[in-house]
Amino acid sequence: MPAPIRLRELIRTIRTARTQAEEREMIQKECAAIRSSFREEDNTYRCRNVAKLLYMHMLGYPAHFGQLECLKLIASQKFTDKRIGYLGAMLLLDERQDVHLLMTNCIKNDLNHSTQYVQGLALCTLGCMGSSEMCRDLAGEVEKLLKTSNSYLRKKAALCAVHVIRKVPELMEMFLPATKNLLSEKNHGVLHTSVVLLTEMCERSPDMLLHFRKLVPQLVRILKNLIMSGYSPEHDVSGISDPFLQVRILRLLRILGRSDDDSSEAMNDILAQVATNTETSKNVGNAILYETVLTIMDIKSESGLRVLAINILGRFLLNNDKNIRYVALTSLLKTVQTDHNAVQRHRSTIVDCLKDLDVSIKRRAMELSFALVNGNNIRGMMKELLYFLDSCDPEFKADCASGVFLAAEKYAPSKRWHIDTIMRVLTTAGSYVRDDSVPNLIQLITNSVEMHAYTVQRLYKALLDDISQQPLVQVSSWCIGEYGDLLVSGQCEEEEPIQVTEDEVLDVLEGLLVSNLSTPVTRGYSLTAIMKLSTRFSSINRIKKVVSIYGSSIDVELQQRAVEYNALFKKYDHMRPALLERMPIMEKTASNVHTMFFGGYVWYYFFTLNCAFLSLAIPPMTAYSKNGLKIEFTFERANPNPNIAVITIHATNTTEADMTEFVFQAAVPKVSHDLSVTFVLEWPSQSPDLNPIENLWRELKVRVAQQQPQNITALEEICMEEWAKIPATVCENFVKTYRKCLTSVIDNIYRNFWTIKRT
Amino acid sequence: MWTLERNEDTEQQIIRETFHLVSKRDENVCNFLEGGMLIGGSENRLIYRHYATLYFVFCVDSSESELGILDLIQVFVETLDKCFENVCELDLIFHVDKVHNILAEMVMGGMVLETNMNEIIIQVDAQNKMEKSEAGIAGAPARAVSAVKNMNLPEMPRNINIGDISIKVPNLPSFK
Repeated sequence: MPAPIRLRELIRTIRTARTQAEEREMIQKECAAIRSSFREEDNTYRCRNVAKLLYMHMLGYPAHFGQLECLKLIASQKFTDKRIGYLGAMLLLDERQDVHLLMTNCIKNDLNHSTQYVQGLALCTLGCMGSSEMCRDLAGEVEKLLKTSNSYLRKKAALCAVHVIRKVPELMEMFLPATKNLLSEKNHGVLHTSVVLLTEMCERSPDMLLHFRKLVPQLVRILKNLIMSGYSPEHDVSGISDPFLQVRILRLLRILGRSDDDSSEAMNDILAQVATNTETSKNVGNAILYETVLTIMDIKSESGLRVLAINILGRFLLNNDKNIRYVALTSLLKTVQTDHNAVQRHRSTIVDCLKDLDVSIKRRAMELSFALVNGNNIRGMMKELLYFLDSCDPEFKADCASGVFLAAEKYAPSKRWHIDTIMRVLTTAGSYVRDDSVPNLIQLITNSVEMHAYTVQRLYKALLDDISQQPLVQVSSWCIGEYGDLLVSGQCEEEEPIQVTEDEVLDVLEGLLVSNLSTPVTRGYSLTAIMKLSTRFSSINRIKKVVSIYGSSIDVELQQRAVEYNALFKKYDHMRPALLERMPIMEKTASNVHTMFFGGYVWYYFFTLNCAFLSLAIPPMTAYSKNGLKIEFTFERANPNPNIAVITIHATNTTEADMTEFVFQAAVPKVSHDLSVTFVLEWPSQSPDLNPIENLWRELKVRVAQQQPQNITALEEICMEEWAKIPATVCENFVKTYRKCLTSVIDNIYRNFWTIKRT
Repeated sequence: MWTLERNEDTEQQIIRETFHLVSKRDENVCNFLEGGMLIGGSENRLIYRHYATLYFVFCVDSSESELGILDLIQVFVETLDKCFENVCELDLIFHVDKVHNILAEMVMGGMVLETNMNEIIIQVDAQNKMEKSEAGIAGAPARAVSAVKNMNLPEMPRNINIGDISIKVPNLPSFK
C-alpha cells in the first residue's frame, strides 16, 4: 500500500476543490484511505493520518473514528506521536465519550515522564478536557507538580489545578498547601497563573477568600515592583512592564477588597499610584487604568479615590479610540446608581456620545442618558433625547421611545410639557412605540382634565398630517371620540383654537375606517369614536348611517361593534347618553373587578340602576326567567360601609340537562359614587374565545370571500386552495402573539369590559 | 479549541454565526461584540482584531478584561510572526498543527497561560527540535529540504544539451 499522503498535500488538494460537493468527495476518499490504514494498525503513519483527520474535523466533517487512534498515539513513546495524539484528544474527545477514560492511565504516566515537554502536554490536555473522574484520579499528580521548581511545569500545573477545581470543587482544599509560596516566584508566567488560581479559589469559596486576604500586602508589593522597576526587556509590552500581570493582580485585589475595610485601606495607596502614573497613550496603559477604575469602584475605597476613578472614566470618554469610549460607557453604566452625582458631571460628554457612529456606543450612551435624567435636567436632556429619537436607527427607536415615556412620567415639569413630549414621540417614532403605551397614554390624557381641549386639538392636527402611524392614530381617534365637543366648540386656551366643523371631524374618522393604512384595531377605535360623538355632536343621522353600514363588515370585530351600536340606537336609545358619557378618571392600580370573557351565545341584558337606590332598600328582582333558567338579583347594603351596595346574582337551572356556554355581560353606567362590581364567572372548556385557531378561520374566511365563489363546489375548491395557500408564517404569528393577547386580556380584565368596548 | 462540550454541528454553527457577526462590522466601530445566541448571548463577548484579510476572534466571558484581550491578540500575532517568519495566511492554512501548538503554549483550558513572547517561542522551538530529532529516516527529506533552503544555490541551467560529447578521460597520474 502506498504511503498515505502528507497533511500538506491534503490541504493543497482540498484547496483546489471548486465546489462543496467536490470537497466532500475528496474528503470522503481520504477518509476511506485513512480508515483502511487504521485497520492495518500502521504505526509509522498513524501520526500523519490523525493530523489529516484533525484538519478535516476543523472543516466540519465527522472524525469520531479517529478517537481510539489518538489514544494509541498518546501511548506511543515518540514525542511527535504524543503531541498529535494529545492535540487530537483535546479536539475530538470530551466527557461524553467513554473512550476518554482510557486516557487516564496514559496521562498519569506522562505526568511523571522524564521530559518536561511530555509532562507539559499531559497537563495541558488534562486542563482542557479532563472530566471529573479523571480530575479526581489525577489531582494528586497535579498537586505534586504544583510544588515543583520547574517554572514551565509549575505554571501549567496551576492552570490545570483551576480546571480540576472547576470540575470537582471538593478538591479545592487539596491545593491549599501548595499555594503557600506561589507568590514568591520570580517567573512571571508562574506568577500570572498563580494569581489566576488564587482568583478562582477566592471566587468559589468565602473561606478561601478570608484565608487569602492576608496576601494583600504581598500582592501590593509585587504590583509596586512592576510599576517602579523601570524598563525590563523581557516583560515589556509597549513600554509597560508586564501589563497582563498587573491587570490580573488588580482583579484579584478587587475580589479581596470587596466589602472589607482593612484590605481596601491597604490598597488605597497603590491604586492611587497606578491611576496617576500609568501612561495612557497606548492601549496597554488604558487596559491597566480601566482595571484600576473597576477595582476602585468595587472595594470600599475613600471618596477621593472614587472621584478620581470617575474622572478617569470621563477622560476615557473623550479619547479618540472607540474601544476606550465603549468600556468607559459600560463602566459608567455600572456605577451610575451608586455614584450618581459624580457621573452627572460628565453628562454633556455622555450626551455627545449619542451622536457617535458606532452602534454599540450609541446604545450604551442612550442607556446611560436615561439613567442620568432627573428633575433638574429633564428639559435639556429631553431635547437631546428627542433629537436622538428622530435620527437614530430603527433598532433603537422602540427602546428610546419607552425610555422617554418613563422619564417624562417621572419628572415632567408640567402637564402641558408632558403631553407635548408624548405628541412629539408619537409623531416622530409612532410606529415603533410599544403596544402598551397606547392605553397608558389614554389614561394620562384622561387624567389631565384641564388639558383636554389642547390635547384633542393637537391630536386632530397631527391626524390631518399623517394617518400611517397606528399608535398615534389610535390615541387621536380615542381623544376625538371623547372630547370632540371641545374640538368643535373651539375652547382651547393654551393655543390658538382652530375652526373645525362636525362634518370635517366625521370625515377624518370615516377616512380612517376606509384607509388601507389602518389596522383592524385602529378601525375599531375609530368606529367607537364615531359612535361616541353621537352624544356630543348634533349630526346623528350621519353617524347612524355609518354604523349601519359597518353592521355587515367582513371584519368580525367591526361587525360586532356596529351591530351593538345599532342596537343602541334602536332598542336602547334611552341608555345611549349614559353609556357614552365621558370617561371618569382611571386609577392605575387594579380595582377589584374581575370579569371573564367567553363567547358562545351572547345576549344583552341592561338594567338601570336608580341612583337613589342607596337611600332605599330595594327588594329582590327576578331579571330573567325562561326555559328553565332563572336569574335573580338581590341588593343589600354592605357592612360596615353603608355607602357600598352589594348586588348578588343567583342563576338557577331547573332543567334536567346541563347548561353550557352560559354568558353574563353587564354594562354598568357611571354613577356618582364608586361602584365595585365583582363577578366570578365560569369559563367553560374548549370555548372558542381566545383560541388562536379562530384567527385562522377568519383568515380563511377573508381569503375565500375575496374569491367570491358562485356555488357549493366552487366554494369547496376555493376553500381547499386558499387553506393550502396560507403560509406557515401566518400561523407562527398567531402563536407568537397569543401570549401577548392573553396578558393584555388579563390586564384589561379589571377594567370593566365596557371600557374596552368604548375605546 | 473547544473547552465546553459541543458536537460537530453546533461547532460549525457557532463558527458560521460568529463569522456573520464579525464580517458585518465596519472599519471604524469598536472591536467588541456581544456574542451571538449560540455562545451564550450577552454574557460572553467577541473581541476581534482585523489584520489585512485575517480576523482573529476571541470569545471571552466577563472575567476577562476586554482591552487586555486586545493586547493578547497582538502578542499572539507577533508570536506567529516570529515563528513563521513574516507569517501570512498560507502559513496558517498549511501549518494548522503548528498554530495549535503555539496557541497551546499561550492559552490552556480557556485561560491565559503565558504572555511573554520570547518565553513562548523558546518552548515551541524546543519542542519542534524534539520532534525533528525523532523523525529518523522519514524525516530525511524534510531535513534535506530545510538544509537546501539554507544554502545559497546558483541558478540551475534549465536545458542541458547533451549532444555528441566526446568525453575525454583525463590522464590521471598514477599514485604510488
